[in-house]
Amino acid sequence: MGLLSKKDAALLTDPLADNNPITIQVLGICSALAITAELKASIVMAVSVMFVLALGNVVISLMRNIIPSKIRIIVQLVVVAALVIIVDLVLKAFAYELSKTLSVFVGLIITNCIIMGRFEAFALGNSPWRSFLDGIGNAAGYGAILVIVGFFRELLGSGTLLGFKVLGDPIEKTGLYAIGYENNGFMLLSPMALIVLGVIIWIQRSRNKALIEEH
Amino acid sequence: MSLKQNLHNLKEKYKGTKMAPAFNAIHTFLYMPNDVTHGGTHIKAADDLKRTMNMVIISLLPCLLFGMYNAGYQHYAAIDPSLRDNVLANFFTFDNLWIGIIKVLPLVIVSYGVGLGVEFIFAIIKGHEVEEGYLVTGMLVPLIVPIDTPLWMLSVAVVFGVVIGKEVFGGTGMNILNPALTIRAFLFFAYPTWMSGDKVWVYDAVNRAGTVDAISGETVLGSYAQNLTTNYSIFDKFFGFIPGSVGETSTFLILLGAAFLIFTKIGSWRIIVSTFLGAAAMGMIFNQVVAADIITSSSKFYGLMSTAWWEHLMIGGLAFGAVYMATDPVTASQTNKGKWIYGFLIGFISIMIRVFNPAYPEGVFLAILLMNVFAPTIDHYVVQGNVKNRLKRAKVKTA
Repeated sequence: MGLLSKKDAALLTDPLADNNPITIQVLGICSALAITAELKASIVMAVSVMFVLALGNVVISLMRNIIPSKIRIIVQLVVVAALVIIVDLVLKAFAYELSKTLSVFVGLIITNCIIMGRFEAFALGNSPWRSFLDGIGNAAGYGAILVIVGFFRELLGSGTLLGFKVLGDPIEKTGLYAIGYENNGFMLLSPMALIVLGVIIWIQRSRNKALIEEH
Repeated sequence: MSLKQNLHNLKEKYKGTKMAPAFNAIHTFLYMPNDVTHGGTHIKAADDLKRTMNMVIISLLPCLLFGMYNAGYQHYAAIDPSLRDNVLANFFTFDNLWIGIIKVLPLVIVSYGVGLGVEFIFAIIKGHEVEEGYLVTGMLVPLIVPIDTPLWMLSVAVVFGVVIGKEVFGGTGMNILNPALTIRAFLFFAYPTWMSGDKVWVYDAVNRAGTVDAISGETVLGSYAQNLTTNYSIFDKFFGFIPGSVGETSTFLILLGAAFLIFTKIGSWRIIVSTFLGAAAMGMIFNQVVAADIITSSSKFYGLMSTAWWEHLMIGGLAFGAVYMATDPVTASQTNKGKWIYGFLIGFISIMIRVFNPAYPEGVFLAILLMNVFAPTIDHYVVQGNVKNRLKRAKVKTA
């Protein structure tokens, strides 16, 4: 890659697979379980987190030499809270229905462990550009899992994708429903999101044995 | 050459290949292996896991047969209620059995086919012998689902139950939850319209809904939950001439199976007895609540709360759960004291869920799954309590 050095590129690609914040570090689980019943909500959540994490990382990185270490958590909270309020207000202004679906979980981005984790572990010790890449990479890794879970939950739970009835109409019995198919209501419940997530982790670890911890 | 020798040769031929576990399983399912240890040091009881499982299946056969007759009986009695006037004459007819054959046998075949298929695939991937665990699960599953459950739904649920309920934990003997009940719970949460209501318990009621031939059959519990009464006599309820899941209606045959399991020392009598005790205790508490006029007939809980405690033991899946599900040696408590606590809580919570669950007036499968999760904790405290007692005794002596 000409644009990025090898080390910088790794910041983007590592969190997508072998250092994924959800499946490997097991962070940010709550939102992954709560809002993935629809693909659209998953995508919006992923984009919101990406905005907050990338910008927040840059801001923290710029201030990293002037933040007294005793109050750094408070400073980080202020930064992330400010960014989350921006996201929340934008959603309320331009996508009101969606912000209803996401409800408190937009506000709860503040408590998303991935964000504070990246601030603490990366932005406080790296340059703004590298912090920006790290934020994009981690948010993309988080978002990728959200989209995968959301895809399966919406497809199998409601028979739709982004609201389009891809499997036919369950009431008029067209498409798959004509031959007796039915939506799986369990997919819409959060416990099933945990199981889907577990299956993703299972597949990832069976493909890459290096990820399996020693006991 | 005998079948046994043929199977043995087949097994030898595939030894060391990927398919070896599959052939080995077929061979040892039917016969004692050709190569056994000689000498006396290994002598122990002859009932290995496969024989134990086969015993449980034998104890389930009466329930299965009865369920097949009952499938037809409930269907015809829903069309012509006068059949109920003389149950014994109208029950064991070929017409009834025929509906059982065309509806229940496919459930059994799909349950075994899909479940054993998954087991075989996992055995080949993991490179070990095919595990016996599914033999009983495969028979339990068709007995605890409504008669009209679509076969594809059953297949999906079986795959889910075997993979997520058992294989991810390491296979037979390592599972936390009872696989058969995991399958039932999956069906219940995934396809609730096929698992509850008054249309699913009688053959063909779903198809006929909305036509002039419409029939329905609410379970006894379902009627009570809506504060309605039923026409079924105590005789009907005890011997099982009532609508319900395929094989769980006959308390009498379940008790017969229980006697067989206890006699062969396969089922734990402590768990069976304590489950019934727990259910009776909760039932009595509710009866007292009604007797004290705390709950009146205007309450939506009145129907099930006022049901006599001994009737609670007969209706719904409580007896089946107590005898065949709660006693699963893998997921139950292992200590004797633990078994009493475990069983008692299953019965107690079953009746509580039965009364308070607004969506579905049966709680035994949820109660057993819940206590499955707590079984290791119960055992831990029983063992710790024992250790503490012994330490105390040791101290007294030295002092």
